[in-house]
Amino acid sequence: MVRTALPVVLRHHLAALRMLLVFTVLTGIGYPLLVTGIAQAGLADRANGSLLTAHGTVVGSRLLGQDFSLRQRTPRTGRRGPLPDPRWFQPRPSAGGYDAGNSGATNLGPTNPVLTATVRARRAAVAVFDGVPPAAVPADAVTGSGSGLDPAVSPAYAYQQVPRVARARQLSPALVRRLVARHLHGRELGFLGQPYVNVVSLNQALADAAGRGGAGLRRVRG
Amino acid sequence: MGDTAAGWLQVTALVVALGLSYRPLGDGLAHVLTTERHWRVERLVYRAGDVNGDVDQRWPVYLRGLLAFGLVSVLFLYAFLRLQDHLMLSLGHEPVPADLAFNTAASFVTNTNWQAYSGESTMGHLVQMAGLAVQNFVSAAMGIAVVAALLRGFTRQRTQQVGNFWADLTRLVLRVLLPLAFVFALVLVAAGVIQNLHGAHELVTVAGGHQSLPGGPVASQESIKELGTNGGGFFNANSAHPFENPSGLTNLIEIYLMLVIPFALPRTFGAMVGDHRQGYAVVAVMVVLWAASVALVTVNELHRISSPAGHAAGAMLEGKETRFGIWASALFAVSTTLTSCGAANSAHDSYTPGGGGMTLFNMMLGEIAPGGTGSGLYGILILAVVAVFVAGLMVGRTPEYLGKKLRGREMRYASLYLLTTPALVLVGAGLAMAFPGERAAMLNPGPHGFSEVLYALTSAANNNGSAFAGLSADTVWYNTVLGVVMLLGRFLPMVFVLALAGSLAGQQRVPVTAGTLPTHRPQFVGLLTGVILIVVGLTYFPALALGPLAEGLR
Repeated sequence: MVRTALPVVLRHHLAALRMLLVFTVLTGIGYPLLVTGIAQAGLADRANGSLLTAHGTVVGSRLLGQDFSLRQRTPRTGRRGPLPDPRWFQPRPSAGGYDAGNSGATNLGPTNPVLTATVRARRAAVAVFDGVPPAAVPADAVTGSGSGLDPAVSPAYAYQQVPRVARARQLSPALVRRLVARHLHGRELGFLGQPYVNVVSLNQALADAAGRGGAGLRRVRG
Repeated sequence: MGDTAAGWLQVTALVVALGLSYRPLGDGLAHVLTTERHWRVERLVYRAGDVNGDVDQRWPVYLRGLLAFGLVSVLFLYAFLRLQDHLMLSLGHEPVPADLAFNTAASFVTNTNWQAYSGESTMGHLVQMAGLAVQNFVSAAMGIAVVAALLRGFTRQRTQQVGNFWADLTRLVLRVLLPLAFVFALVLVAAGVIQNLHGAHELVTVAGGHQSLPGGPVASQESIKELGTNGGGFFNANSAHPFENPSGLTNLIEIYLMLVIPFALPRTFGAMVGDHRQGYAVVAVMVVLWAASVALVTVNELHRISSPAGHAAGAMLEGKETRFGIWASALFAVSTTLTSCGAANSAHDSYTPGGGGMTLFNMMLGEIAPGGTGSGLYGILILAVVAVFVAGLMVGRTPEYLGKKLRGREMRYASLYLLTTPALVLVGAGLAMAFPGERAAMLNPGPHGFSEVLYALTSAANNNGSAFAGLSADTVWYNTVLGVVMLLGRFLPMVFVLALAGSLAGQQRVPVTAGTLPTHRPQFVGLLTGVILIVVGLTYFPALALGPLAEGLR
C-alpha cells in the first residue's frame, strides 16, 4: 500500500488530520445545523432575535438597545456628540453609539481621570435634561454598559424621565408612568439579575400611545 | 427582594446545582474514561480517522498523538481563517490577516480563546461553526484526556501505559461534551439566545434611525464555549452581548456550565483512585478558593473601593449590564477567571483595583479552583504533589501521594510544570514593557495600564482568554508573542504532566503506614491551600505590586 511507504511522522499527522475532519463534520456542521433546525422549527421568535415589530415592519430587537438621540439635520452646533431627544426615554451611554455591528465597552479604568470627568459631566447634563437634582441621577444613567447595546435602564432612571417625556409629547404624566410600569421587568425567577425597564419596547409602546393620541409622532418619524 | 438577598440566593442556587451534578457527572466521566467497551459510532470514527482506539499507549505515544492533533488543528484553522472569503456564509468578510489568523488559531486550539478581533466584523458563520467551535469541543476534550492519563498513572503499577489518546478524545466529545452542549444550546435558545444563519440586516429603528441587526448560530456556540471552558465570544462583547446572554437566567446557566465539569472532575479522580475522600479533599480546596474570591470581588465592587470613577457614578456600573448588576457580574467574573473560560459578561478593565486585581490573581493561581476542563484538576494535583513533598521535608520522610513515591524524577516534572507559566507571564510582560510601541497599546494611564499588559500575558499563558480589553492587542507584536505564549503555556505543561503520569505508572504502589501523610483530611486541605497561596503569592507579588496594588493604594 502507498500509506506504508509514507514516513511514520507524516502518517501520524495524516491520521490526526482525518480525525480533525471527522470532528469538524460532527461538531462543526452536524451539531450547529441540528440545533438551528430545531430552534427554527420550535422557537423561531427567540432564535431570530426576539424581534420587535410596528405596523408589520421590524423596528429592532427587544434585546438590543437603540439610539434615541436627535439626528442632527441642522449644521453642527459646536457641541460634542448627539443630543438626547426629549420625546424618548433615553438609554444608557454606549461605547459604540448603539451600533449593533460594533459591540463593546469603553474599558476605562476605575482610577482613570477621563472616566471620572465624563461621569461628572454626564451627571450634570442628565440632571438638567430631566430637571432633577444631580445627586438623584442613578448610576446607570452616567455609565456605559458592557456590550454598548444594553436595552435596559434601572426603574429609577426610567421613572425619573417620565415628567420630561410627558411634557415633550404633551401626554399626561400618569399615562406615561403607567406605560413604564407595564414595561417593568422583575428579577428572573424572582432572584436572578436586576429589575429593569426595557427602553426599546417602552419607547415603541410610547410611539403607539402617542400615535393614538395623535401627538408628536409624525415629527419624530420625519 | 433586595439586592443582597437576591445575590445570596443566586450564589446558593449555583452551589446547589453544582453540588447536585458532582456525583452523577463525576462518576459518569470516570466510567467514560475507564470502560473497555466502545460505542458503534466511536468505532466508525476510529475507522474514518484511521487510528487504533484499542491499544494502550505508553506516555510518549499518547503525547505524540496529542501534539500531532494540536499541530494539525493550528494549521487547519489558520488556513480556514486565511481562506474564509472563498467559503460559504462568509458574510462578505475579508480573509483574516496572517498575524491575527496565527494568534486566533493558537488561541482556540489551546483552549484559550483570546480574541484580538471583533467577532461580528471579522468572522463569517462557517468559520465560527466549523473552525472555531470545533476547537471548543476538542481542546476541552484534550484537557480532560491529559488528566485521565495522569489519574491512570496513579492507579496503574509497573507499566508504561497511560491510556489511548484517540479513544479518550473521541469518547469525551461524543459521550460528554456533544450531548450536554446540545441540550443546553436548546435551553439557551428557549431563554432568548439567537440561533440562525442570517447575515446582518438593516432596519429602521423605533426612533427612525438605522441599525444593522446581526444573526448567527450563537446558542450552539455559546453552550460549548462555557461547557468546555473556552470562552470565545461570537460577538466582541462576549457574554455581555444581549444575543449571547439575554437575561439573569441565561447568565446563571452560563456560569453553571463553565463550572460544572471542572468541579465534577475531583469526583472522577476519587472514583478512579478508588477513594472518594481524596476527591472531596481536592474539591474542598477548590470551593474555598472560589468562595473567597467571589466574596472579595463582590465586596470590592459593591463598596467601590479605591475607585474615584465609581464614587462619581454612585455604583460600579461602568462596563456592566443593567440586567445583571453587580452581584451577577462579579460571580461571572470570578468563575470565568478561576476556570480557563475567559468569557466575560462585563468589562474587567473597569472593575475596582481590588476586583480587577482579583480576576488577575485568579488566573495567576494557575486556574485550579476549579480550573479548566481537565487542566484544572491536573494543575491542582501538581500542587498537591508539591504540598505532599513539602510535608515530607518537614518530617524527613520520602513523600508518597496515593501510594506512589515522589522521588527526584517526579518532583522535577512537577517543578518544571510550575515554572513554565510564571516564566512566560513575567518574561512576556517584561518584554512588552521594554518596548515603547507595546507600552503605547495601553488604554488607561498609570498602574492600571501596566495591569492591562500583565493581564494579557497572564491570560495567554494560563489559557484563560479574558482581557483587560482596553489594551490594543491586535498588533503584529502582540499577536505573535501572545500566540507563542499560548502554545507554550498549553503544551509544555501537558508534556510534563504526561511525563509524570508515565513515571508514576512505572512504580509499584507502596503500602500505607502510620507514617504516611493522610491526604483526605482537613489538615491536608489547609496545607494544600497554603502551598497554593504561598507558591503563587511569592511568584507574582512584585508584578501585582506594580499593577493593581499600586493602583488601589494610591
